[in-house]
Amino acid sequence: MKVLVAVKRVVDYNVKVRVKADNSGVDLANVKMSMNPFCEIAVEEAVRLKEKGIATEVIAVSVGPTTAQEQLRTALALGADRAVLVATDEELSSLAIAKALKAVVDKEQPQLVILGKQAIDSDNNQTGQMLAALTGYAQGTFASKVEIDGDKARVTREIDGGLQTVSLKLPAIVTTDLRLNEPRYATLPNIMKAKKKPLETLAPADLGVSTASTNTIVKVEAPAARGAGIKVGSVAELVEKLKNEAKVI
Amino acid sequence: MAILVIAEHENGALGAATLNTVAAAQKIGGDIHVLVAGAGIDAAAQAAAQVAGVAKVLKADNAAYDHLLPENIAPLVAELASSYSHVLAPATTNGKNYLPRVAALLDVDQISEIIAVESADTFKRPIYAGNAIATVQSSASVKVISVRTTGFDAVAAEGGSAAIEAVTSAHDSGLATFVGEELAKSDRPELTAAKVVVSGGRGMQNGDNFKHLYSLADKLGAAVGASRAAVDAGFVPNDMQVGQTGKIVAPQLYIAVGISGAIQHLAGMKDSKVIVAINKDEEAPIFQVADYGLVADLFEAVPELEKLV
Repeated sequence: MKVLVAVKRVVDYNVKVRVKADNSGVDLANVKMSMNPFCEIAVEEAVRLKEKGIATEVIAVSVGPTTAQEQLRTALALGADRAVLVATDEELSSLAIAKALKAVVDKEQPQLVILGKQAIDSDNNQTGQMLAALTGYAQGTFASKVEIDGDKARVTREIDGGLQTVSLKLPAIVTTDLRLNEPRYATLPNIMKAKKKPLETLAPADLGVSTASTNTIVKVEAPAARGAGIKVGSVAELVEKLKNEAKVI
Repeated sequence: MAILVIAEHENGALGAATLNTVAAAQKIGGDIHVLVAGAGIDAAAQAAAQVAGVAKVLKADNAAYDHLLPENIAPLVAELASSYSHVLAPATTNGKNYLPRVAALLDVDQISEIIAVESADTFKRPIYAGNAIATVQSSASVKVISVRTTGFDAVAAEGGSAAIEAVTSAHDSGLATFVGEELAKSDRPELTAAKVVVSGGRGMQNGDNFKHLYSLADKLGAAVGASRAAVDAGFVPNDMQVGQTGKIVAPQLYIAVGISGAIQHLAGMKDSKVIVAINKDEEAPIFQVADYGLVADLFEAVPELEKLV
């Protein structure tokens, strides 16, 4: 079966971002960008399905700036067969991205679409669920285990109280949690080979997708800073402070 | 216009997160209706009717809605949403699962994990692991919003007397079925609602050593959390993870033991009232947010702390 995996270019998870002085957003100039960590897990899962002989073709797709080609090349180096970039300079909402992905799903007809559960920049945790709604497919979000059994996917999900298992009719949408797998590293020969793999570029307009959003970001501010605390010398002093100064125990 | 709040419930009991979500709805203003959907939910619907500030409870009791499968819940909520200006759900794993599906069915953008209400159409939410706060305005006809429960003080669970109205429409997509669940059992308070949280990280070295934190927690009436390092190393189950991708907590007192304080962990606990860090590395980033820091070996400090509190 064909597996589609969606990846996003985001600020690297180790970067401590700074809010711009004019409160229009965070400063991403000259900041290291990477593939969103949850998307890496999605690519790894798709490649493992291929290695098990379940997936026949893995297609990586990204909706974003032309520089997102770098992240698609990374996905190709990790084992995806080909890539599709829906290129746009606009900052798209999750719904607009889900609509673009829906158009790619319609075109490619995958049996399984794997996405990360959330992007570490917008922290929305929406796109996979929205894509499931638009396609009318079942959804297995926050997956820590995915098993394909004929025309069904058995997905173990991380929920607040523990784990839940659901059985989904294929085609289906799965979003990855951190514990689904441990992504591999791309080797140099694979990075070289990835340069020759096909990468198709489309525009939202080619797909007939509207990028309008009902949300507007009015401003972006730095969170209230926490005042520096004190270091205590002993456990006894700590207990005394918690009891008499902070009054929390 | 009225606001629809979707209730969280478990084993017939109304989930505490519902009370914080009703509080967020009160900040927006308007009649508040609560939807309780599931199978065998009489007790939860009764409890929702008692909640202060709730004008009406909609009870959708149908086997299709058991375990809140989003394929079945989302069309139900989308159908009801046309009579409301806002649809709110708590940002629990359930809420995060079905709500974006509702928003897409309504063809509107969702606003995730709001921490403040500026006006009926403008909300604040954290982005970049809580390192920036975005103010977002929605022009959607129905505003679909998930609520970070730690951002709003819970309303009283008693004092209301809302009417309960049955919702008969049934949506069974047949796309997904519930197979089973494995729930962690604990006598300690629920992590997201606890007044005191004691968390352990990689410094605990193994799962067995968490017993030191459990006995300290029992003495303080606290819940026990963990960093991703402790979960990935298999010390504790993942439902104990605090952070950007785990649970968000804001207790009165958060005690971080053997946790370095990575950006992703701080995202889940830095709104705690008082933060205590116990770590032997005095350069650990956790000390930059801790109100009280103790540079010490946790294996000596934690038992001593337990004795003194």
